[in-house]
Amino acid sequence: MTATIAKRLLAAIPVLFGLSIIVFLMIALIPGDPATAILGSYATPENVARLNASLGLDKSLPQQYLAWISGVLSGDFGRSYALNRPVIDIVLERFSATLLLAGASLLLATVFGLLAGIVSAVRQFGFADKAITLAVLVGISVPSFWLGLLLILFFAVKIKLFPASGMVAIYGGGGPLDILHHLVLPAITLALVATGVIARLTRTAMLEVLRQDYIRTARAKGLTERRVIFRHAFMAALVSVIPVIGIQAGFVLGGAVYVETVFQWPGIGAMLVNAISQRDILLVQGGVLVVAASYVLFNLLADVCQTLLDPRLK
Amino acid sequence: MSETGPLMEIRDLARSFGGGRTIFGTKKPQLTAVRGVSLDLTKGETLGIVGESGCGKSTLARMLVGLDRPTRGAIRLDGEDLSASGTQALARRVQYVFQDPVSSLNPRQTIRAILEAPMRHLLGLGKDQRKARLETLIEDVNLRPEFLDRYPHEFSGGQAQRIGIARALAAEPDVVVLDEPVSALDVSVQAQVLNLLDRLKRDRGLTYVFISHDLAVVESVATRVAVMYFGEIVETAPARDLFRAPLHPYTDLLIRSAPVPNRKRQATSGDSGELPDPYDPPPGCPFAPRCPRAEADCREAMPPLEPRDRGGAHRAACFHPLAD
Amino acid sequence: MSGAATTSDTGAGTSGKERRERPSTFALILNNRLAAAGLAVLGLIVLAAVAAPILPLADPNATDPANRLAPLLSEGHLLGTDALGRDMLSRLVWGTRVSLVVGFSASLIAALFGSAIGLVAGYAGGRSDQILMRLIDLMMAFPYILLALAIVAILGPGLVNALYAIAIVNVPFFARNIRGITVGLARREFVDAARLSGKGPLTILWSDMLPNVLPTIVITLSTTVGWMILETAGLSFLGLGAQPPQADLGSMLGDGRKVMFTAPTISLVPGLMIFLIVMSINLLGDGIRDALDPRLRSGALARPSFRTKVAKGRRMPGEDVEGADLPADAGGGVHPPLPAGNSPARGEIDGSGTSAAADLPPCGGDARQGRGGLPGTNTSSQTATPVLAVRGLETEFHMGSEVYHASNGVDLTIRPGECLGLVGESGSGKSVTAMSLMGLVPSPPGVIAGGRVGFKGEDLADAPDKRIRALRGGAVSHVFQDPLATLHPLFSVGDQIVEAIRAHQPLFKRAAETKARELLDLVRIPNAAQRMKALPHELSGGLRQRVSIAMALANDPELIIADEPTTALDVTVQAEVLRLLDTLRRERDTAVLFITHDFGVVSEIADRVAVMYAGRIVETGATDEILTDPAHPYTRMLIDCVPVMGEPERRLDAVPGRPPAANRLPPGCAFADRCPRVEADCRKGEIGLEDERGSLAARCLHPLAPGEALAGGPIPDGAGSGRPSGREVSP
Repeated sequence: MTATIAKRLLAAIPVLFGLSIIVFLMIALIPGDPATAILGSYATPENVARLNASLGLDKSLPQQYLAWISGVLSGDFGRSYALNRPVIDIVLERFSATLLLAGASLLLATVFGLLAGIVSAVRQFGFADKAITLAVLVGISVPSFWLGLLLILFFAVKIKLFPASGMVAIYGGGGPLDILHHLVLPAITLALVATGVIARLTRTAMLEVLRQDYIRTARAKGLTERRVIFRHAFMAALVSVIPVIGIQAGFVLGGAVYVETVFQWPGIGAMLVNAISQRDILLVQGGVLVVAASYVLFNLLADVCQTLLDPRLK
Repeated sequence: MSETGPLMEIRDLARSFGGGRTIFGTKKPQLTAVRGVSLDLTKGETLGIVGESGCGKSTLARMLVGLDRPTRGAIRLDGEDLSASGTQALARRVQYVFQDPVSSLNPRQTIRAILEAPMRHLLGLGKDQRKARLETLIEDVNLRPEFLDRYPHEFSGGQAQRIGIARALAAEPDVVVLDEPVSALDVSVQAQVLNLLDRLKRDRGLTYVFISHDLAVVESVATRVAVMYFGEIVETAPARDLFRAPLHPYTDLLIRSAPVPNRKRQATSGDSGELPDPYDPPPGCPFAPRCPRAEADCREAMPPLEPRDRGGAHRAACFHPLAD
Repeated sequence: MSGAATTSDTGAGTSGKERRERPSTFALILNNRLAAAGLAVLGLIVLAAVAAPILPLADPNATDPANRLAPLLSEGHLLGTDALGRDMLSRLVWGTRVSLVVGFSASLIAALFGSAIGLVAGYAGGRSDQILMRLIDLMMAFPYILLALAIVAILGPGLVNALYAIAIVNVPFFARNIRGITVGLARREFVDAARLSGKGPLTILWSDMLPNVLPTIVITLSTTVGWMILETAGLSFLGLGAQPPQADLGSMLGDGRKVMFTAPTISLVPGLMIFLIVMSINLLGDGIRDALDPRLRSGALARPSFRTKVAKGRRMPGEDVEGADLPADAGGGVHPPLPAGNSPARGEIDGSGTSAAADLPPCGGDARQGRGGLPGTNTSSQTATPVLAVRGLETEFHMGSEVYHASNGVDLTIRPGECLGLVGESGSGKSVTAMSLMGLVPSPPGVIAGGRVGFKGEDLADAPDKRIRALRGGAVSHVFQDPLATLHPLFSVGDQIVEAIRAHQPLFKRAAETKARELLDLVRIPNAAQRMKALPHELSGGLRQRVSIAMALANDPELIIADEPTTALDVTVQAEVLRLLDTLRRERDTAVLFITHDFGVVSEIADRVAVMYAGRIVETGATDEILTDPAHPYTRMLIDCVPVMGEPERRLDAVPGRPPAANRLPPGCAFADRCPRVEADCRKGEIGLEDERGSLAARCLHPLAPGEALAGGPIPDGAGSGRPSGREVSP
């Protein structure tokens, strides 16, 4: 088993390597003079000169990459020109907030998505199935940035149940309960699409499995329906649903951009949007690299879970 | 009729899958499906190839028509080696009938388009010539010309297999390789197709390689039979001799295992039916672990396929054949 | 013209009809109410967007600071005005136009490039596939929107750049989807056939692959367009897409957000429009997917229920069949008393069963079994009351408005220790009949429309679900065809046997494991203790089927229903498994219903044979009598058309024609159209299963006399060219 996990870990290395190349190339691909473009309104002659020197833009691309990647590996992502702070500090600070939001959303989406999918499949063509199918369709069609506004207008403005913005209350905030209170609306907003997608695929996977011969065998053995559905069918369906959850982690991490903007959640998504508007490319680069790397690691985890569940994949 | 030599010579044909090394330098597992097969095919005969699943008979068949490239060995047609020249060169003279008639027809093409393709691409016929030939071709396989403009899903398995046969014949080949042509068909339809194949062979002077796991079918169509086990030919003989007096213990087991109506089988030893691990083949005869006649020498070296009768037509790869 | 050609004539006639009956894709989409609604809404929106220049709308960019933030329905501004006093309605229509154009363009670009990559990678395979797919994987290693952000960061904010970003980000979806389909297709035999037809790779890609991949491209496109419109709007919302004064729905929403608390409608209206567009596209997309996906089209994804549905007004035999009732339920469905527990102990089942079965008279066709005398049968079973007595069983499949009579009034009787071989071609209804007994025919579409399933005097069609569950795997167990598909792939074989034991016996896990190991020993699996932990895919086909047999024996069944248990096995393995099954059932005096299409297999294991054709038993009798001298012409022809080992010179006489469609069964004998002995009376009325010589009973008005060959008359509906020639048709 450890060998399998080690093998998957090794396989992730080339992916991370490719990722770093793409992120690195972001600067090389910028049209025109990169230093000026990166600095944007901060492009004083001395800043341009300093950046050119630190990026080593006079050297060949492989040399530049080596210099950059060794910096990255030792935690040096360069400096943000807009905020005048080391990129790594900002990114880590912001990323923890995003991780909390995205983690909570993914948890919600997985639990409710699986449940809805199972109910929908077991009650195929029944009322519950129709209701869930329609709800799922609405869920995956609603723009999250609009849903966020609706929730704010109703829960924060109208009935004042949950706060409209931020991660903690400005005065006396910061406790777990306070964070949870602020987390509810953004987490629901972010979870909605992923819930829909997971529910949909769980339903299809369950239906697919339920017509397999081994389900007939399970019934022919005289097992109870509950055992047939939750042990025999669900376990087999889960094998194909787990990678979907892995992919949804990517949608949740990306979708955090909108939700963080709407709810002014101090996460990495909102930071990226600002950084792009301000053409603070080094900050964008650092942010993208960290989020993408964490996504790769999460998918690795999903992969390992899948292998544990289905020994045929070894 | 020029009887100068065999129509098709197969020499030491082998095919391995996998192998090589990964980027980390570890060896990838290698599976040898066919391990050195040599056969001669005489014009006008029907050579039956029998074997159970995993014996390499389908891989062999695919190499004969160029759908798969051999790892080693030669396929000579009238003395010319075509094993490396790919599908097109072989397809001109060797054609193929697939096991599953429905999946061998493109669901989105009419029968006309399917049957015209070989005439156009292999024979280079013009439109008018194709039209005339199509009509005779479809009638030759007992189907009506108006079926030409229909789609495959409108046909039953037996009809679809007749279309598959027509497609193979459209290229006017000398040799037709039939890979389990009736296994996917219902028993009452099998005879229709077998009888049709028999008539076409006589009418067109064809040579057949007939691959099947069903000994009864092979016995009824083949003039000569080769038995495959674990990628090798273990016995070959004129059909009558092989079924009457098999030499190789495996052939004997196959014949005794085939269910025959109204013949209760005599109890045999508890045979496991297990094949050796193809990734780690044992030295010596691969059948030795299952063989009641196996002795020490069987486990050391693979017995060569040697003539066992005067004419040299009956050959078996066994150190202790049954006739002894 | 030969008989074979006659076959095809009738055959293609029916299929031609089927073709006409199949509704067109567009009709299917319109039939789906939700999809039709989606199409209507989307049509309206697109129409408004296209007509924007000619609609009487205000200038969307004309500011009017004096009239800013006008509410809904104010004069001249139906939807009010925004923070700069611009007319919202006009901006909404023009914004929709921009959003639609950008979304659709992005989708088309992604579809074009993605599909091209997928097709080439999937068909080429090997190294080019690996390189292309690694690159695609790399793109997918980025969280979806993040990659779009990174691209915008490089190219700079702007609507066109946002379009490119979204298109690029979606290329991997198309590439992977299309590649998946292409790889599957490239392995299909018709691609090999195209290569053998001399086509080159480009021709094959264009003329063989693309037409088959196109539906998938359309499905992927229709299910992702909505998403792409959403995402481009999202980028604009973040201020990275449309730049002022240009506006799409996303940027309008973003602008409106700044005045959200004072004038919520300004942000809510464009958001609602995005939602409507995306929702209508998704509804339509689902409709298109359902219509194009062949699996969904055929309803294959319907979930089979616990037990086959039993029709309420089930037709009962007995009114027309003399004395074929089961007394146990003739008295108003009296069931043997159920033990209180969930899984009754064996003794109780046996006890209740026997008492109820004791007063069962030997019925109809069974009595003659005793008279005929069965050589080779266990003597004890000849006079014993039957374990299974099925009467007039009718199982139908209801698909749309069509009713397929798969099992059309079947009578079966099996006595303790007896093995009955049920023989027939595919589609004869033999499997459906066998699966109906324990309610294992999938419902929908299966329905038990009539008849009784008498199990030791109890009518199982009437039994409650709980009783059925107690019997399944207990007194009645199953062995299925393909053991790889019928064993659960994720659980060890030991686990699966233990589960079967514990479903019926109150044993602790340890004890059940010991019993499971004994069972594996019993079916002669070497190294039983180790094999307990093996997963099904780690065993060979023969071993897997032995595991299935062990599982079927777990609770000492009285009846084993074996559905083609050796068909998927190699001959040498088949011989072993058959021998094992035969030994075990004789040792334990277990009754077996053995379904097969192979007379060779039947003669090795069955005491008695029933031949099925078009949903009915056409002949039954002792195995050797049926095999040597059948009375029904169909049985004769079925035996004669199969080559037999040791008789290579025998003529193979093909059965001309095809069986009738199960939804259009003719009156009279269903075999009449293919029968050389047919006469006018064969085509009308009900033909009963009548006693013939010896143990035989046949459903035929003109049965064969002993030793009589089939008459050499012409095929009844031959194509008029007189006697068929050659070996192709029966003489």
